[in-house]
Amino acid sequence: MSVVLVDAGGTNIGSVRYALQRLGVDASLTADVAQIRAADKVILPGVGAAGPGMARLRELKLADVIRSLTQPVLGVCLGMQLLCAHSAEGSTDCLGVIPADVSRFEEAPGLCVPHMGWNRLSPVATHPILKNMEDGDWAYFVHSYAVPLGSYTLASADYGGGFSAVIASGNFHGMQFHPERSASVGAKLLKNFLEL
Amino acid sequence: MLSRRIIPCLDVRDGKVVKGVRFRDHVVMGEIVELALRYRDEGADELVFYDITASPEGRSVDRSWVERVARVIDIPFCVAGGIRSVDEARGVLYAGADKISVNSPALERPELIDELAAAFGVQCVVVGIDSMRDADGEWRVRQYTGDPSKTRALLRSTLDWMIEAQRRGAGEIVLNCMDSDGVRKGYDLTQLAAARAVCHVPLIASGGAGTMEHFRDAFVRAGVDGALAASVFHSGSIAVPDLKRYLQQQGVVVRLQEISGHE
Repeated sequence: MSVVLVDAGGTNIGSVRYALQRLGVDASLTADVAQIRAADKVILPGVGAAGPGMARLRELKLADVIRSLTQPVLGVCLGMQLLCAHSAEGSTDCLGVIPADVSRFEEAPGLCVPHMGWNRLSPVATHPILKNMEDGDWAYFVHSYAVPLGSYTLASADYGGGFSAVIASGNFHGMQFHPERSASVGAKLLKNFLEL
Repeated sequence: MLSRRIIPCLDVRDGKVVKGVRFRDHVVMGEIVELALRYRDEGADELVFYDITASPEGRSVDRSWVERVARVIDIPFCVAGGIRSVDEARGVLYAGADKISVNSPALERPELIDELAAAFGVQCVVVGIDSMRDADGEWRVRQYTGDPSKTRALLRSTLDWMIEAQRRGAGEIVLNCMDSDGVRKGYDLTQLAAARAVCHVPLIASGGAGTMEHFRDAFVRAGVDGALAASVFHSGSIAVPDLKRYLQQQGVVVRLQEISGHE
């Protein structure tokens, strides 16, 4: 099986690659259109801000390429947000393959932004990417922007209200948390993606 | 519900984990990767690696061990010590660290915080603050604490610096209360509570953990998001699984999954 990590300049690319290696998959890091199109699975990692993330994808001429993919695609953290229609972060138009808008967490007493740390996942739909997920599984989150709950939500988490932790639309999937840093729960969910 | 984090801190010197009391007299505790894996298996929520001699010696972190840790560890980790530019931070983050922590170099040049936040996002940028109570009762910042002969007392108030650091783009603050560090008499709850009142990003307590009650108090009474400790974990006097079970009994939300299967 060939898995590619889209090299959009995120700093967590190394971590995601190592997580895949621990699952026995040697993913290549690439911005090459042909290689991305030919892959069995495509992962869009990402740490940083939406505006520069989209600018980089456009610069690499990858925005339309990603939109046209038909194999399973997974966006992680910012990568997931880039799959959505629009992000309030820098008012950025994103790839639009998942019909969701990304908004900022509202700061409140006792509610720090960024939302940083381990939080619980709750499945809200049935989907093979959630195989063996249990209600209350812990995952590691670091983000200031989030996707509200919607028809695309597969699993939710709670931080001053529910938000989307795992989303999907067709062949496009997203995880808001970092599976590469979520211990055995993260490994389980990455493995589920590889088995789609 | 976000859990409270337990964060073992591994002080690194010459590629080994070391521990000293009040930053002095370091003894070797073990190999970096070995200890990192042990804490991961015990259910630590995050690890901090602190290159204790980088800043006083004016050099940056050695990246080779960062990459070795990133390959085997599946929990987040932060690297601290001597990062004084965006390029150096990028090297550490690309080697696989999730966050970088800056302390003395941010005091030398506060714009470093803005630059790091602009380059990588606030979620990657931790500002570490070493603080001591002066004779007039004010908490003030200390610089270059990795080497006692180079440590400097600054005029800057700890709480003012904490506010400025957040304004510049700190995504997390680690407050090391040096009066209590290494002596295991408990976290400085008064100072941490004062910090909590002005800290709107995650706040991590550091310095003074000796018993499990100390951790509970930091979470319940000072409201910190995470508690960092070194010697109690390295010496084995507190085991992370026992601590987390205790905290759960005390009503503190903690992640027990990796320890006991599904709770």
